[in-house]
Amino acid sequence: MRLSQAWTVARHDMRLLRQRRGILAGLIAFPVGVGLGFPALVGLVLLPRGGPDPRTWAPMFIDAFAFWFVIGAASLPTSIASYSIIGEKVSKSLEPLLSTPTTDGEILLGKALAALLPTLLAGWSGALVFQAAMDLATVGPFGYLYYPNWQMAVELFVAMPVVALMAIEASVVISSRVSDVRTAQQYAGLIFVPMIFIYVAAEITFPLNTTNLAYLAGVFGLVALALYWVSLKAFRREEILTRWK
Amino acid sequence: MIHAENLTKRFGELTAVDNVSLDVEEGEIFGFLGPNGAGKTTTVRMLSGLISKSSGTAVVAGCEVGKEADALRLRSQIGILPENVGLYEGSNAYQNLEYFGQLYRMDPSTLRRNIERLLRSMDLWDKRDAPVETFSKGMKQKLAIARALVHDPILLFLDEPTANLDPEAAKMVRDTILALRREKRTIFLNTHNLDEAQRVCDRVGILRTRLLTIGSPRDLEAGLVGRRTVVRLDRATESLAAAVRQRLGARRVEISGDRLAIEVEDPDRENPEIVAALVAAGGRIRELSQPSASLEEVYLKLIHEGEPAS
Repeated sequence: MRLSQAWTVARHDMRLLRQRRGILAGLIAFPVGVGLGFPALVGLVLLPRGGPDPRTWAPMFIDAFAFWFVIGAASLPTSIASYSIIGEKVSKSLEPLLSTPTTDGEILLGKALAALLPTLLAGWSGALVFQAAMDLATVGPFGYLYYPNWQMAVELFVAMPVVALMAIEASVVISSRVSDVRTAQQYAGLIFVPMIFIYVAAEITFPLNTTNLAYLAGVFGLVALALYWVSLKAFRREEILTRWK
Repeated sequence: MIHAENLTKRFGELTAVDNVSLDVEEGEIFGFLGPNGAGKTTTVRMLSGLISKSSGTAVVAGCEVGKEADALRLRSQIGILPENVGLYEGSNAYQNLEYFGQLYRMDPSTLRRNIERLLRSMDLWDKRDAPVETFSKGMKQKLAIARALVHDPILLFLDEPTANLDPEAAKMVRDTILALRREKRTIFLNTHNLDEAQRVCDRVGILRTRLLTIGSPRDLEAGLVGRRTVVRLDRATESLAAAVRQRLGARRVEISGDRLAIEVEDPDRENPEIVAALVAAGGRIRELSQPSASLEEVYLKLIHEGEPAS
């Protein structure tokens, strides 16, 4: 595996990404919306309601809101990866690409990087805004800075990349079986469902502390590994040229 | 440059390519003719290492096809123009070539030089910054040929390069192939355009799952009807036919109206003998011709019979 070859594919796909305004809009809107929206909700709606000491109940909401960055990591790369693979299928540019001295694994890694890096960049930028704004909203009532903390570190640097990889591998598998981006995104959207369950559970009963987040990341990591194995099978030269729809 | 023996590809029950054996020499333009579904693209994909072979052996550009260790070296030495050009339409001409040059791991200065040389030779240099989606079909096809050449391959596979092009664009592409011929490139040309094959190929093979025949267009044309010289005379008589037979030895000479149709082996040597024999026997020659079947006739006969040429 030559990383430089994968990086050539990734750079090219990221350049093509700049031509897709819909995806770009999502990459900008999502972190801005989550980064500012939830702190505003906490600072302007939840905390001013009064009641018991906010340090006893507000952190659970804040942790659940922060989980939206993981949810975003499950959703944003599916559009990029679907466009990256199905776009090449539709424009018939996969065959010339496959005829270059690049291995299937290098192409797959390049495409995964092209979906992963913008997702992480958008998520991490939004998370910076989120933490700063949340601190601003809560430092008065809490009497301390809630962020940065280990939970957020696990969320951003373990759960987010693992979930994004899982979503990308799922998109590769789905893209090998369908030939339009919308259908691929609809199928890939199924990954979104367990994330929403986790979010709802976090709001009610399941605290998203460092330990639970690490367990979740481990489970997602196993799923990502299984999907990676399936995607390697699906993304084989001969398979692509003779069986892909 | 290419040596294939009993190359076969099966997809489940279906045999797409059956025991194809052929050789292509360095600097040769080899035409692969056959109807849709004959197995031409599958053969190219096997020879270029894009798909596996079910059986048989092939050595292309010194690399053993199907050997994992040779796969990348093989792909770095050949250029492929697929049937669907598959360009990045939103990118410009320069970026399309640059990306592929990078994938072939070319050093940046050689890559820049090659891109400029190719775009200039294809008359696309002035359009290098324009998005490919604004190009005509002929321009796109030329750009795709440039892409296949960007890393200076020693062997070029062109799969239906003029399919779906209007006559003007097809001519543009054909001229490009002829220019490549002058550069002594080895080209494997898949086509079902017989006129194109006749004009540009040194040799052709006709495929319908099996390789039905192989040879130069001239040899194939002659092979179908045999070589004949037809002489139109004032009057064709049995005595003139006998004079020809006497001069050439036991040959088939037929009389048809005012014509004599004479079977020949070497027209350049035997035609002057025929003329001399007829004149000596008192014949008055009006016209001498060397009719042959067209490549199209050869193709249609073989494809419909599905039998190897004798």
